[in-house]
This record gives sequence, C-alpha cells and structure tokens, in this order.
Amino acid sequence: MAANRKIELNIKVNNKDYKLFIASNKRLLDVLRDDLGLTGVKEGCAIGECGACTVIMNGKNVCSCMILAGQAEGAEIITIEGLEGPKGELHPLQEAFMETGAVQCGFCTPGMILSSLVLLKNNPSPTEEEIKEAISGNFCRCTGYKQIIEAVQLAAERMRGGGM
Amino acid sequence: MYKIINKSVKRIDAYEKVTGKAKYGADLNLTHQLYAKTVYSKYPHAKILKIDTREAERLEGVVAVITAEDVPGNNIMFGKFPVLAKDEVKYIGDGVAAVAAESREIVEKAVRLIKVEYQKLAGVFNIKEAIDKNNGKVHSEIEDNLIEHSHHLLRSGDIEKGFKEADVILERTYQTQFVDQAYIEPEAIIVIPDPYKVGVEIHGSIQNPYSIRTNVATVLGLKINQVKVVQSTIGGSFGGKDESVMLMAARSAIIAMKTGRPVKMVLTREESFLESSKRHASKAKYKIGAKRDGTIVAVENNVYTQGGAYNNKAMFVNWRASIHAAGPYAIPNIKTDIYGVYTNTVYGGAYRGFSAPQIVFANESLIDELAEELNISPQEIRIKNCLKPGDELGTGQILLPGKIPAPLEKMINNVCKKTDFESKRKKYIKERESFNPIKKGIGLSCTFRGAGLGGEGIDSASATVTIDIDGSILIQSGLVEMGQGMRTAHAQIVAEVLGVSLDRITFCNTDTSVTLDCGPTVASRGTLAGGNAMLIAARKLLDRLHKRAAIMLDCNIIDLVSENNFIFNRLDKSRKLTFKEVVEECLKGQGLSLSAQGWYTPGPEKLSSETGRGNAYPTYSYGASVIELNVDTQTGKINVEKIVAGYEIGRAINPQIVKGQFYGGILQGLGYALIEEVRNKDGYLETKNYDDFLIPSSFDMPEMEVTIYESDDPVGPFRAKSVGELGIELMAPAVANALYNATGKRIRELPLNLERVLLGKTLRK
Ligand code: FES
Ligand code: FES
Repeated sequence: MAANRKIELNIKVNNKDYKLFIASNKRLLDVLRDDLGLTGVKEGCAIGECGACTVIMNGKNVCSCMILAGQAEGAEIITIEGLEGPKGELHPLQEAFMETGAVQCGFCTPGMILSSLVLLKNNPSPTEEEIKEAISGNFCRCTGYKQIIEAVQLAAERMRGGGM
Repeated sequence: MYKIINKSVKRIDAYEKVTGKAKYGADLNLTHQLYAKTVYSKYPHAKILKIDTREAERLEGVVAVITAEDVPGNNIMFGKFPVLAKDEVKYIGDGVAAVAAESREIVEKAVRLIKVEYQKLAGVFNIKEAIDKNNGKVHSEIEDNLIEHSHHLLRSGDIEKGFKEADVILERTYQTQFVDQAYIEPEAIIVIPDPYKVGVEIHGSIQNPYSIRTNVATVLGLKINQVKVVQSTIGGSFGGKDESVMLMAARSAIIAMKTGRPVKMVLTREESFLESSKRHASKAKYKIGAKRDGTIVAVENNVYTQGGAYNNKAMFVNWRASIHAAGPYAIPNIKTDIYGVYTNTVYGGAYRGFSAPQIVFANESLIDELAEELNISPQEIRIKNCLKPGDELGTGQILLPGKIPAPLEKMINNVCKKTDFESKRKKYIKERESFNPIKKGIGLSCTFRGAGLGGEGIDSASATVTIDIDGSILIQSGLVEMGQGMRTAHAQIVAEVLGVSLDRITFCNTDTSVTLDCGPTVASRGTLAGGNAMLIAARKLLDRLHKRAAIMLDCNIIDLVSENNFIFNRLDKSRKLTFKEVVEECLKGQGLSLSAQGWYTPGPEKLSSETGRGNAYPTYSYGASVIELNVDTQTGKINVEKIVAGYEIGRAINPQIVKGQFYGGILQGLGYALIEEVRNKDGYLETKNYDDFLIPSSFDMPEMEVTIYESDDPVGPFRAKSVGELGIELMAPAVANALYNATGKRIRELPLNLERVLLGKTLRK
C-alpha cells in the first residue's frame, strides 16, 4: 500500500546529517518529532494556520505540518533545538524572549523565535510593522504579541551591536 | 522596600520554553504505549441502535476497542458527561467508542471501521428552542431543559418601587456567542497502569488535576488513592483543559487497565474544537430605570446561558454572573435571575472571565444606551453611579474604606483624560455625516470583579515548601501553572519571605499524590489563594530558622532580618550568618524539619439562597478602558487603533507578568468582540479548525497602554489579588460603544464582524 512505502530521506537537521528510512506519507513534522525526538517542534492545527510547527528550511520559515518528508530531501533544517551555542549559550532571541516577558505558556515560542530569526537574518533593523508581518503566521493565544514584539526589537538591537 | 516581589524578574519557567525543552503532554512517550482515539457521534441527537466494533477489532494492530459496556465503574461523570454514550447521543461531540492500537496510523484507520447505527432525533439547538416547552428535551428527566442548580438570583430593594421612581426606562436584549479558548496546544493525555496501586497514573495537559482524579476513580470503580495525576507543562488553558481532558483520561484509563499498557491520546485541533468546553453563549434581557439627572434607580435582568448537552459549570458561572449582573454601580433596587439551559450542541464551560465577558458586554452597552437616552455623556453617567468608598453592593456587602477599595471614579476619569474622551466623542459624532467612509469612534467601559472563588466554593489552597541542606528550596502548589506565571509569583513570594535569591528556588509539577487537594486553578486565584498558602508555609520556615539563628547569634529573635541570603541582627549588622549556615545547623545540628505545609482558607462566604445577598467575595478588582477605532462603513471592517486601560489589582508581584496577562486578555477580548464565533448549524459544528474559527494574529494587535493601580487591599499575599481574568471583559462593550460613536448604529450581538456591522445581521443561521 502506498502509505506504507518506505523512502530514503537525506536531511541536515541542526547541522547534523541524517539518512533515514521512513514511511513516504510522513510529514516533516512527524520526522522531526517522532524519528529525531525534536519535540520543540509543536503541532497545533495540522493545516498550516497556527505556526506552532514552524522550522527553518533552507533559510525560510515553513510550517512543517504542510511539508511531506520527501519534499525535504536534501534540505537543511533548523529547529529550536539548533539555536543554542556549543556550550549551551542561548541565542540573543532566546535571551530577549525571557527578558521581555514574551513567554507565557510557551507553546508558540519555538515557532515564534524561528520566524523572528528568519526576519532578523534578512532585516537586521525591522520596524514594528515588519515584525508584526514576520510573525503573523504564528498564533499566540497568551501574550497579545506586545512583549514578543519587544523581544524581537531587543534582540535585533543586541545582534546589530555585533553579538552574532 | 521589597527585594524580590513587585519586581519584573525573569519567569522561572522561561528557559525550558525558549529552548524547546519543556515537555508538554504530547511530547511524552513510553515504550509499548498504545495510541488511542475516540469515535465521535455522527448526529447532534440520536438513539444508538447498534455499535459494531468487529471489523475494527479484526484490523491488525488494534489492541482494544471500548464502548459504554466496558466502563467498570460509573459511566456518568460530574455534569452528566458520559465517558462513552450508551443509548443516546446528545451532541455532535459525544464519544460512542474508543480504540487503541499499536500506531497512530492504525488507530486512525480503525475508528473509521466502527459501524454505528443511529435513529435520528429532533433536538434543541439554541436558547430560544431550549426554553420553548414544545421543542423537546435534551435529558428526558428534565422537563424544562433547565440545568440543575443553575438558577441564581439577586434581590435587592424593591424593584417595582424603583421603576416607579424612574423618569426613563429602557429595555434591551443582548446576545453573545459560543467561543473556544483556542489554546495553541491541543489536549494530550498519557495514562500509565500502576500495578502496585492496581490503578493508574495520568500525565498531560490538565488544568484541574484533583477533579480529574476523583472522576477517573469513579469511572474505574477505584478509590481515589489508586489514581495519581501529574500535570505536564500546559500550552495554555484559560479554563478549557478540563472536561475534555477528563473524558480523555477516563477513556484512556479504562484501556490502560484493560490492556496493562500505557495509553496516549492526543486530540487533533478538530477534535479539540469539537469536544472541549466553550464560553457559554448567552441571551440577556435588561431593563433599567433612571432619573433625569442620570441616577440609576433600578435594574432588572433575565439572563440565559446556553449550556449545551452536559454541564458542570453553569451552576458556578451563573452564580458569578448573578453577583455582577447590575455592573459596578450603586443601585438601590435590583432583580437578577440567571438560568442555564441544556441544548443539543457543544457545551459551555470555563473560559477566562467566567460569565463576565457576557454580562459586562450587556451591562456596559446598556449604560451607554441609557446615557444616550438621557443625553448625558458615557463618562458622566458612570462617574455618577459607579461604586465609591462606603457604597453598598446589591448583595448588601459594603465597600468599607480601608477594607475593600473602590477606586473606579479615579480610574474612569484617568482613562478618559488620557484619551481626551469627551472631546473626541463629540467630534466623531459630528463626523458621522461626512463623506469619508472611514469613521472614527471612541468607547468607554468599566468593570468590577470579585476576587477568587468567593461564595462559589471554599477558596482553600495548599503549598509545600522544603529547604534542603545546601540551602536550595523546593516549592509545590496544589494549583497549576498554565502559562499565567503563577510559579514565578509563588517563587517570588517565598524568596521574599525567606530573604533568599530566586535562583535557589525550583518548582515541582503538581502531583496529586504529593500535594494536598485544594480545588481547581480557576477564578484568578492562583496568586490570591495559592500565594497566601506559599506565604504561610514560608513564614513557618522563617520562624524555625530565626529561632535557631537567634541562639547562634545570641540575640533577640525580633531583631533578626533575612535578606540577600543572610540572616543578621539589625541592631548590629556585623553579627550575621549565611542562610545556608542556619539551614545546616537546623537540619544537621539540631535534626529539625525544614519542610512546611501552607494551608490557606478564607472560610466559606455565606449567602442567602432566597435573595442571593451576603458577602459574596472577600474583595474586588476593578478595570476601566477606552478604545479608539475606525470602521470602514463600506465593508464593515473595524480596525481597533488604541486601547488605554487601567486595572486595580492590589499589588503586582511581578509587574511584567501582570502586564502580559492584561495584554493577552485584551487581545482575547478583542477576538471575542470582533471575529471569534463557534458556529453551530442545527447542532453540527461548522467551525472546525483555525481556518473557520479565527483568532487574533499579530496584525490585530492595537496600541495598548495599560496602567496598573496598586492599593492597600489587605486580602492577598503582599496585597496582591486577582489578575488573570480581568483583562478580557472590558473589550466587547468598549468596541460596541465606540462603534456606536462612529456610526450611530447600536449592535447588541457579538461578534461585531463585517456582516453585523454592515448589514446589522449575519448572512448565515
Ligand atoms: S501545526 Fe502546522 S501550522 Fe499549525
Ligand atoms: S505563549 Fe502561549 S501561545 Fe504564545
């Protein structure tokens, strides 16, 4: 049966190469969570609306619930688990999220941080509108977004200051 | 001066969340676990003729299929919820069977192989149909569809006399919709059989561990101590992760007992929207009488809340509503009646606000309508009537100065002044006639809110604080963290009392086998009651430490001070010991215990069942807000530009977390006001996922200016009282009032979406 057909998948996740044999109907989300144990990738809706499953794929933030594993062949993926430095140093975005009170229940946080990271890579000095735009695909039910936006501004400022 | 409280310290649970390491229910996995799924009803109301599970059972990898027949103990839980429906389904989210299999794929296939034969029945799908005698019954034993114990009333003064004295009388009806809490984490449960207890251990996204424990024990026919519930990190709840989780836990527990294997059940978003509780829909009839000068003399209201097929909250939600239904005003004559009704629809439960969003929308819209009728300003009518020090509430409770604060007058004036309310309001009325299709509007609302459970139940809370030999401290509460920041507030309280730095403190997940049952984490009581319990426990320990330190330092115990990890004699600061030295001496030198329980109970509040009068709550919090918006009169789209709000909360243990609670509450309140609506068509759920049930995104965030008012309210720990729910309720009426200011159109039904704003009605229904 088609669903059970196994395929080979070569992907680089958080700077590590993997060769996996997985069912062809798996989503990237399932591969990351179930096969690689990266449970920082969250599932909130499975239809590409909430952004909890956001990961960075080849430099872009994508909803991993909307990507079949096979579509990620050869891709480079970054999840929240890949943000810490070799000695466990936190990324300026992670620090800023803690400092500004941008985290409540935390379920949206990994996706929110990754979307913000893509923004700051492409635009080191975003305006408030640009930040809103960049995280508009990531729902947060707890914070009302205000302190998240403050966190991104704070991190941007520090990163411009030569941090990263 | 405080060292730790009243400061915006970093949350103690932020690190694991920003690194993705926090374990939520769905992140837990055990070897040999089974994956379980529920088979839901096909119709909103039907007789079950036959359930054929054979084909599903034959599928390879299916390990167990259960129906109502397999429930070992009681199939009916608190609020009439059946673990699995037996003879009849009463709404579209009823479970009829549950399946467990070796993998998610297999269980998904298996649920489709369960064949159920139904005989469709007529149903009642809204409040009007439920009240109408001829429309049938949801529960055969209940003639009038009225939810047991859901009628709450308040009688104050003489209502007829009051209306006789009135120069103006208005009668209006307001309606609100079902909405979902829509926490981003869908419910997840994992149940592990416990061979020693011959029972189960349950982990997951659980807001109220103790009620889950009791209900699951009854379902399994076990004693309470055979069931243990441990809370995982929760991805938001807002009142919601309760009934649905109770059902999941019960079904999974039956399977775990039957198979001897761990059982994991994670809801899809669609299942979560289908099976979890909603904010009760409501219909509120109001009659208000006032003098020409704006003095309100009488309010009569009749409110119906829609409970759905089962309900374990209407009795509590409606009681809170009955106390607050006449609003934060001093009114001599009040007659309030609140009822809850069963319908063959999704059911109402707890959602942030717990009746306030519905009641405050009605009442604060009405006040503006009254002001308009009397031709006085919304600000003036509120200032004239709002609760002031020394005033008496409808319940007869007096806002004694020094005991219960009543700062509304100042708060209303402040938000109005900050926004230039009156002059803008007048300007926008003039601009209604202009050619520009984009109209501006400004709206005001205010509220008061009883802190904690009050007369709804016993507001007890438990805490355990344990100091270890190295001076590290473990704290545990019977109340749970759901994202609101309670753990951090508790840790701040303990650190402040013991005079230690925050990094010494860690928190334990709530575990029913360790921490004492102190009821649910609801009613914004996590800090108020839970914080008081922490305070009591920490003070007991401080006392033990100081007794020892006084001997060690050879001084008077009353001269000792604990600060910055030291204990010293305030008369001679060089005479000091480190916190750790004293701890070591207590534990090792003297063999004392440095673990203490804190149990806080304010005792029962007493109310008369005939009049509803009495001291309903120990104290109240207050709020006032002004909203500025623009509306495109060609599309009906409302764009909220700015919110200026003030909240009186006693004292903020952590101002940053408190503000976060308000910002979040405000955005949820705007979602409720503008876009959110769980739509039922003849009992079928139309809003299945986030593409139908819209919630605010970052684009919907307006400019927000929140002022926290502190007071000397003595009830809470370090004078802190309730925060969590207060943010949400001011939004809908302020938006409706601003919309009126912009367009001259009064809309009395939520949400104020494009259709209602443009056409005054919705296209569907
Ligand atoms: S889970 Fe992928 S967008 Fe919601
Ligand atoms: S912090 Fe809870 S969803 Fe964003």
